[in-house]
Amino acid sequence: MSATEAERATQSNWPLFEVFLRSKRGLNHVHVGSLHAADATMALHHARDLYTRRNEGVSIWVVKAADITASSPDEKDPFFAPSGDKVYRHPTFYEIPDSIPHI
Amino acid sequence: MTAVKYEAPQAAELELYFEDTVARDRRIEPRDWMPDPYRKTMIRQIAQHAHSEIIGMQPEGNWVTRAPSLRRKAILLAKVQDEAGHGLYLYSAAETLGADRADLTNRLITGAQKYSSIFNYPTLTFADVGVIGWLVDGAAICNQVPLCRSSYGPYARAMIRICKEESFHQRQGYELLLTMMRGTDAQREMVQDATNRWWWPSLMMFGPPDADSPNTEQSMRWRVKRHTNDDLRQRFVDMSVPQAEALGVTLPDPALRWNSEREHYDFGQPDWAEFKRVISGNGPCNAERIATRRAAHEGGQWVRDAAAAHAARASRRGAVPPGLRSEATREGGAYERH
Repeated sequence: MSATEAERATQSNWPLFEVFLRSKRGLNHVHVGSLHAADATMALHHARDLYTRRNEGVSIWVVKAADITASSPDEKDPFFAPSGDKVYRHPTFYEIPDSIPHI
Repeated sequence: MTAVKYEAPQAAELELYFEDTVARDRRIEPRDWMPDPYRKTMIRQIAQHAHSEIIGMQPEGNWVTRAPSLRRKAILLAKVQDEAGHGLYLYSAAETLGADRADLTNRLITGAQKYSSIFNYPTLTFADVGVIGWLVDGAAICNQVPLCRSSYGPYARAMIRICKEESFHQRQGYELLLTMMRGTDAQREMVQDATNRWWWPSLMMFGPPDADSPNTEQSMRWRVKRHTNDDLRQRFVDMSVPQAEALGVTLPDPALRWNSEREHYDFGQPDWAEFKRVISGNGPCNAERIATRRAAHEGGQWVRDAAAAHAARASRRGAVPPGLRSEATREGGAYERH
């Protein structure tokens, strides 16, 4: 947080953090929600109190919402077009006779 | 968030896409285009729900210091803490629509936004804690389970978490009442008295009768409301009658009887004039609830300021707080630490 950002936070709100939880070993961290905190340490503590009251997590990440760069929300955005017309990337594209085993 | 720029579709196309997404029962996500009235309706609905959870800590919080055993105190604390958590999940969902947290709090403590009328009634005895769990949380569950399928994604996801936790709330209340009903005559009278006082306000939680609920049709078309007020009220009555019988209390409604033709219970109407009085600020505890919330908010201002000042000083010094490392950068590496 820069000094000016912090001064703004003093006057109004603490910054917004997004919270990601690993629910158990072997699984990815998954976004569960957000919260406000003065800094990352406090965000972690708040995330523990808010999102893991019933053993929902074994590991927590917090990241400032302002630090996330996102693609456009539109699913039809041409940004995703490169994968739209490549059906040959899927196994179902290929015809194999039923008589061939294990494929 | 920063968005990568691309050529935006036209307004009419966006509206069609929105309508189609909702009609196909898919979810609207925060940065999707949505009509302004939908955004306003969702902010209002989620904010009122969040305020209700936050104010809802007070009636039961009233009994934390006087719970009759350590077991009951621990349960009650956990439940009140859950209500705080539910409020925070919901404020966080409202913020995805562009609402500002400080502004929402301000609207609550100035009375500009409402909360559920049920929390403006006093908790006179410890039996009230049980009846609130049984009837008030029971009614809340009836209202909330369908909202897990709200068309607004962040709200639906918050509701799934909340419904999982509410189940404990209702069961602890009913168990508390079962225990009291096995006790003395005086305890049984307390349970009956609390049931008499909370039954009608619980029925009011579903909102006015359908004929007086002008926004229902639009809300159902947007799939932010899945059943009408009267349907949910009927469902709640049908669920509660056998529970009351098993408990051994009488629900205070002379019109309550099984209708074998409809295969539902017939029941009387709450005093809707009272409902209007309470929701517009003149219930038994409205002023006290708001004053308590305002005092907590204003009394906490120096803590928020001090934490922000501390964070600012630490960041100027470039200090890394103890125990904190960038775990995320290790993802995929062989040495992830716990």
